[in-house]
Amino acid sequence: MQPVTSSADMYGRIAANPAPAPMSSPNTVKRTRSNPLIDRAFGVLAKFAAIVTLALLIAILGSLTISAWPAISKYGLGFLVRADWDPVQEQFGGLAMIYGTLATSVIALLIAVPVSFGIALFLTELSPAWLKRPLGTAIELLAAIPSIVYGMWGLLVFGPVLATYVQQPLQAALGSIPVLGGLVSGPPVGIGILSAGIILAIMIIPFISAVMRDVFEVTPAMLKESAYGLGSTTWEVVYKVVLPYTKTGVIGGIMLGLGRAIGETMAVTFVIGNFNQLETLSLFQSANSITSALANEFAEAGEGLHQASLMYLGLVLFFITFVILSLSKLLLARLRKAEGAKS
Amino acid sequence: MMSPEVRAARSAKFARRNAVNQLATGLALSAMAFGLIWLFWILWETIHLGVGGLTLSTLTEMTPGPNEDGGLLNAIYGSLMMVGLATFVGTPVGVMAGIYLAEYDRKSWFANVTRFVNDILLSAPSIVIGLFVYSIAVHPFHTFSAVAGVLALSLIVIPVVIRTTENMLQLVPEGLREAAYALGTPKWKVILSITLKAARTGVITGILLAVARISGETAPLLFTALSNQFWTSSLTQPMASLPVTIFKFAMSPYENWQKLAWAGVFLITLAVLGLNIMARVLTRAK
Repeated sequence: MQPVTSSADMYGRIAANPAPAPMSSPNTVKRTRSNPLIDRAFGVLAKFAAIVTLALLIAILGSLTISAWPAISKYGLGFLVRADWDPVQEQFGGLAMIYGTLATSVIALLIAVPVSFGIALFLTELSPAWLKRPLGTAIELLAAIPSIVYGMWGLLVFGPVLATYVQQPLQAALGSIPVLGGLVSGPPVGIGILSAGIILAIMIIPFISAVMRDVFEVTPAMLKESAYGLGSTTWEVVYKVVLPYTKTGVIGGIMLGLGRAIGETMAVTFVIGNFNQLETLSLFQSANSITSALANEFAEAGEGLHQASLMYLGLVLFFITFVILSLSKLLLARLRKAEGAKS
Repeated sequence: MMSPEVRAARSAKFARRNAVNQLATGLALSAMAFGLIWLFWILWETIHLGVGGLTLSTLTEMTPGPNEDGGLLNAIYGSLMMVGLATFVGTPVGVMAGIYLAEYDRKSWFANVTRFVNDILLSAPSIVIGLFVYSIAVHPFHTFSAVAGVLALSLIVIPVVIRTTENMLQLVPEGLREAAYALGTPKWKVILSITLKAARTGVITGILLAVARISGETAPLLFTALSNQFWTSSLTQPMASLPVTIFKFAMSPYENWQKLAWAGVFLITLAVLGLNIMARVLTRAK
């Protein structure tokens, strides 16, 4: 579309017509002539703003790499599998934090995926029409609550409840069994990998269920109605028609949730306990994640290798979320394209 | 027609399918309840414990030392200041980039890459933004400052605003633009006084959502604006903010600090949910 030239054409054609001569007073002509400059400036400004966005990503990657360079050059990729983290001896390795991040995220997904699927199923197939909107909004509000609120609530309200009603019964039941007992050991304060995972699950449920609901809704009504017409139950329609049709979108939504869980900082920092250790993999033992290590140590870290190692962790975090979010975006885009081709 | 065995087998199969369906439906219902329970539990505790800690001095006095009396005035001021400035800085860039994607360049590879990168930035961990701003605006000047905090928050505003501005502008009917061009209106004027005006509510909604998002952000402020126990209005010094103060107070063993943290949590939740609901009402009114 070339609107500017086309309007000029139109103007030219009108001017060529002898009749409306008085309309084209010198004043108007002048104004149209000065316009292209503003027009071009505005366009350049808009493009510049778009370039800023692109440059931002490159700048983040670049500056993190430069700041992390002392640690990268000293440890290389071995940093990712070294377990010791000792600021006094200047020995750094990210394994404990990376393990904490992955373990909490996996627990979060294990809880959030089935729940989000249930919520999406309820909102698209079961809920009466008048309830859809308020219930959908309520779930979306979970995403609006600031993460620091989750954190404080998790530490002071949820943690003690978890310790009393889940941890202690589990310890009483499994405590004497060798492997399982180790998984539930720890002081009864409700801090550690499990509570962080549960809180992350609550935080990512709104994201996953929103994507699932949206993709379930794009399933053509004709497909669903045909299945219902053949006598399928609601569950069969969802499981055998809707889910296969929206598979890529559902996986995209789960990836989006995973990206969120990995990058979440404050809520995890409050409840994970912030202690670098891998001796016990207990779900109730204090641990550390990449984000919580950054939040706790960075401001106090001395310049040099300690800070560079934390920057390295930040770079790893950004890289992981970048890959996961890109995958999520590609999957969702593929579903949209397929949908466009079919309709 | 059917033999009794076949009929029995079919009805058994039907009963099984029905049972599976009922189980799935019941589980979906409980998943919904599961989601809602957390929402109400969190909101209830926030109100219950937050209102308990809220007094007049919370809003009129400075943050105290351990076991002293005080309030959150400097933190509230710092939050308002930094959120306001960050919105002021981030919004124009976001709106302009959104205009570019919706009005100038919908399909080129550059537009697609920008859109992709913007979506990544939208969900990128905010603590990484904090690290980035630390290395460009704190480290070189050897001091934490409110300016760095503003910069970090505005980098979070930009992607949110770009996304909503672009989406809202694309909803404006093509006919409106064509009618304006047919009158000989230059493009910048079409955008500013026709399409942007038509999409006004949507764009404002996006800005409100961005403000809501940064009001609760803690991670990007931890090593940019840091915190400050005292009143400061200087932008080149560390500045207290509500979320960072809550973080510091909630993790402490002092009872008065924890009380203030709950009051702060209540204020933040109120502000953020208020902004979100306002944004929803705006879009629905349309």
